[in-house]
Amino acid sequence: MEWMAWTTPTALFFVAIGLLLAGMTTWELRSPSIPRRGLLPISTTRGDRLFIGLLGSAYLHLLVIGVTGWSIWVATALSLVWLLCVMRWG
Amino acid sequence: MNKVQNNKAWWLVLPVFLLVAFSAVIPMMTVVNYSVQDIFDQSSRYFVGTDWYKQVLLDPRLHDSLLRQFIYSACVLLIEIPLGIAIALTMPTKGRWSSLVLIILAIPLLIPWNVVGTIWQIFGRADIGLLGSTLNAMGISYNYAANTMDAWVTVLVMDVWHWTSLVALLCYSGLRAIPDVYYQAARIDRASAWAVFRHIQLPKMKSVLLIAVMLRFMDSFMIYTEPFVLTGGGPGNATTFLSQTLTQMAVGQFDLGPAAAFSLVYFLIILLVSWLFYTAMTHSDANR
Repeated sequence: MEWMAWTTPTALFFVAIGLLLAGMTTWELRSPSIPRRGLLPISTTRGDRLFIGLLGSAYLHLLVIGVTGWSIWVATALSLVWLLCVMRWG
Repeated sequence: MNKVQNNKAWWLVLPVFLLVAFSAVIPMMTVVNYSVQDIFDQSSRYFVGTDWYKQVLLDPRLHDSLLRQFIYSACVLLIEIPLGIAIALTMPTKGRWSSLVLIILAIPLLIPWNVVGTIWQIFGRADIGLLGSTLNAMGISYNYAANTMDAWVTVLVMDVWHWTSLVALLCYSGLRAIPDVYYQAARIDRASAWAVFRHIQLPKMKSVLLIAVMLRFMDSFMIYTEPFVLTGGGPGNATTFLSQTLTQMAVGQFDLGPAAAFSLVYFLIILLVSWLFYTAMTHSDANR
């Protein structure tokens, strides 16, 4: 594992992603998702909304890093709000 | 009637899952780890947070190659997709000619990238190349090594020569799958050739066109070997696309941290554009 040059923040990041995927799989097996149309212009399943939420979060981080001088935690907080909004109303 | 749920077939996906994990997921995780560190060697590496991302996002050299890359991919799609459809529509459907045309179209696809680059590098040369010397003999000044426009046209024509066949063959397979009854109905309605194309052939080709657009976008967006062999990214930086900039950074200067951060930004752009294409094309029916 040494060659992968792990750091604590990246390890935590991947653990969080892994837990998210495992959780979504369990949720899907317990109660399968039905595609629906929310605020987004397309009909989406739960997995689609998670993908859109995560992709949007990645771009939000890049925007904060590239354009503003804000702390990275601001981007993370905004991303969390965005992710929850997309999952609930998207 | 109750449907028996049997998920044992999922085990058959396991080899692919392992292959993808080893060839894509684990290397990608390593790239993420590299992107937040300043690495000198195995034992001395320092956490730098998002510094490399900031540096990469503000680098004018990368802005320029990103712009060039988008223009290049847009040109590739705008030329190859309509041309591929047109070729597929004019291809013979029966007899020995159809086999011959299929073989001729398949030939460019079988040639490796670096060989394609070398072929065009020699073909375009003003002193010994057939294309270059012919154009110059006709009084048209052409030199892809010195003139930016010539270099761009040569790289684009080379890509069109190499990959339009793929689009044509995909569209041809889509066209062959249309049952004859559709054409019979169109004849009864006295539909024009344009109406047949617009309302029968194009909608029926949609799924193969989706694959063609995605493949050509991703491939052209990641292009490296052909322009590298043909122009070496020149004249100046005129045909230096994203992959070449990334390679210079990672292998030439050995700046692993910034190169890793840049790779991830590059990956996110491809992911977003491919997803947008896919969503636009798969949802266009649902919204009608």
